[in-house]
Amino acid sequence: MKVDSLQKLNQIREEQRQENANNSIVKKILICAGTGCLASESEKLLEILNHVIKARKCGDKVKVVKTGCFGFCEQGPILKIEPDDVFYVRVVPKDARTIIDDHIIQGKIVERLLYEEPTSNKRIEKQEDMPFYKKQMRLAIRNCGLINPEDVYEYIEHEGYSALGKVLTEMTQYSVIDEIKKSGLRGRGGGGFPTGLKWEITKNQHGNTKFIICNADEGDPGAFMDRSILEGDPHGVIEAMAIGGYAIGAHKGIVYIRAEYPMAISRLNSAIIQARDLGLLGENILGTDFNFDIEFKLGAGAFVCGEETALINSCEGKRGEPNYKPPYPAEEGYWGYPTCVNNVETFANIPPIILQGSTWFSSIGTEKSRGTKVFALAGKINNVGLVEVPMGTTLREIIYDIGGGIQEGHQFKAVQTGGPSGGVITEKDLDTPIDYDNLLGIGSMMGSGGMIVLDDRDSMVNMAKFYLQFTMDESCGRCTPCRIGTKRMYELLVKISNGEGTMADIDALKQLSYMVKNSSLCGLGQTAPNPVISTMKYFWDEYMELIKDVDYPVREGTSQINSRVGIKV
Amino acid sequence: MTRPQEISVVDTDLELPQEGFIELEGYIDNIKTTKGALIEILHKAQEIFGYLPRDVQLYIARKLGIPGVEVFGVVSFYSYFNVKPMGKHTISVCMGTACFVRGADKIINKLKDNLGIESNEITEDGLFSLKDVRCIGACGLAPVILVDDKVYGRVKEDQVNEIIDKYR
Ligand SMILES: Cc1cc2nc3c(=O)[nH]c(=O)nc-3n(C[C@H](O)[C@H](O)[C@H](O)COP(=O)(O)O)c2cc1C
Ligand code: FES
Repeated sequence: MKVDSLQKLNQIREEQRQENANNSIVKKILICAGTGCLASESEKLLEILNHVIKARKCGDKVKVVKTGCFGFCEQGPILKIEPDDVFYVRVVPKDARTIIDDHIIQGKIVERLLYEEPTSNKRIEKQEDMPFYKKQMRLAIRNCGLINPEDVYEYIEHEGYSALGKVLTEMTQYSVIDEIKKSGLRGRGGGGFPTGLKWEITKNQHGNTKFIICNADEGDPGAFMDRSILEGDPHGVIEAMAIGGYAIGAHKGIVYIRAEYPMAISRLNSAIIQARDLGLLGENILGTDFNFDIEFKLGAGAFVCGEETALINSCEGKRGEPNYKPPYPAEEGYWGYPTCVNNVETFANIPPIILQGSTWFSSIGTEKSRGTKVFALAGKINNVGLVEVPMGTTLREIIYDIGGGIQEGHQFKAVQTGGPSGGVITEKDLDTPIDYDNLLGIGSMMGSGGMIVLDDRDSMVNMAKFYLQFTMDESCGRCTPCRIGTKRMYELLVKISNGEGTMADIDALKQLSYMVKNSSLCGLGQTAPNPVISTMKYFWDEYMELIKDVDYPVREGTSQINSRVGIKV
Repeated sequence: MTRPQEISVVDTDLELPQEGFIELEGYIDNIKTTKGALIEILHKAQEIFGYLPRDVQLYIARKLGIPGVEVFGVVSFYSYFNVKPMGKHTISVCMGTACFVRGADKIINKLKDNLGIESNEITEDGLFSLKDVRCIGACGLAPVILVDDKVYGRVKEDQVNEIIDKYR
């Protein structure tokens, strides 16, 4: 069957809703099938649940649905029962019988599987009452943990493809771009470039061949926002790419995805096939004269390929080395044609903006950063997982209210945002409202959304060394400052952390930091020294404790650099 | 990752299966355009042979009509491609930040001790090879190790033996 008009799409949605209203299913068991929960045997749990349901002959009343990530990965596997909104955590396969017998058949809640609040030790029944979800606003990950990502009809039922329908039937290229510009959406891949403006620049280039690329390389180690979106809502990204393609005049989209994400690849692949089968990708989409198709390219394990020019080289089958900008990809990209590169999460925001309007979207967040941001909360925090909050939420709210504070009663020390390109944020800045500019102001950056929480057991020199080892390994070697500079910096950090460093090494490290930052070719080198610069700024004492030729008086409060070399940090 | 890799020379006693080349040829002949498809082809070749020895790289180069050095340039750039044979089971330890702060370095050291090999090496009996990988996106379960495709989460140092013994 082809969905060859908007009416047809609406008709399918109606039928789907009718069917759900009329069938005898009274309870739905939603079970997380994201990478995290699958690793803790949620697949087996699903199998046994179905088995028990069959044995109890209640298949006409309950249905098990596998969904994308609920975000509460620490407590996986997650299982939720609708319409009761009851949320079970750490469910193992042998709990399947209890859940069916007690909850589904007798209507009794299984107390021991409920989430236990670590501070009050109270068990919480409903998802809406859980502190983890209370302050969240799920927009980009709206469908994760709600629908079956492998079923296009469920997506259609939840307003899927209606934004594309609206764009193709009611809006011109200009009005789409205008709407996105007015919404104030900025790129979620790290740079924060206004998305509408990027689309406009690409549209205004000459020629008829243009490309739109979805950057799903997610290089920041410790971040998994894009993976969860692709696993939980692949159609959302496909729809948004088609909208973007229409706006800039591209007929072909490419998703560049990491080979390390097999589950995301397979979900995306099956979603593309389903969309093609229904005619939602291909020629004359929804009966209009718009043609658009998507293919995906696999990465092969190189962090620098997240950088847009390197990504384009890699898409062309070459070594993933970055190019000098300008020309920007919007002017000269994939095979020399104008190309618009956007991040997965950026795309995930597009359909809601089209459907609910730019005024609604721009009412969320702060003045210069509109909307929400997804963060991958990890490290020494109680509730590791995926959280989406309106811009302007403070770090303290994220770490303590949503994240549930530090593990095992330890003391908070710092939080690293922006991954290997970012910096640490300490206690004194925890009340800063999060947005692109504020984070830059306190010496870190938004990055793609990784947030690693560190506690009093973590050595900051060690963290700096870890990140430098990462960038040293990942440096593509094209430009000298990055290739050699990061190696020298790493060697100095090894020497210092072994207690063999001298004051001269500290000075050399500082000097190198600025040199690498100022003279590298691409963002990788330009930001590689950030972890060193920021740990030196906030944890100078920790460096000094390791230096052997200095008797350094440890001062109260945060440390300041008063180095003998006059470089200010 | 761009760690220097040794240039691979095929061991004479390690014959590459002829069927592998036939399958690879079929794959290459069937793709719409080979323009820009080198990485896809290498992924496929690695899937067939398990690694990318010199002969396979040269075969691809000839087939696509490009210099061998271009193929090697790409192979050596990406950490996903192996130029040396892998063990029967590949143990990958996640060394992403989330796993690192939760003690992944202790896990990998323990594995190195137990198996008597370093990263990117293969045990004498050919059963295991060890790799350090970047975040696999299961950070909620940190620290994480992968044996082939199976993910083990919240791994403790003393569980390491138990896990690898399953594959012996
Ligand atoms: C070293 C480096 C790594 C990057 N990695 C990623 C990445 O993993 N994912 C991503 O979306 N953007 C990444 N970027 C940013 C991209 O270059 C680009 O700005 C982004 O994909 C644009 O999309 P956006 O405007 O939607 O944010 C990286 C940039 C640099 C310099
Ligand atoms: S850091 Fe190990 S899975 Fe993400």
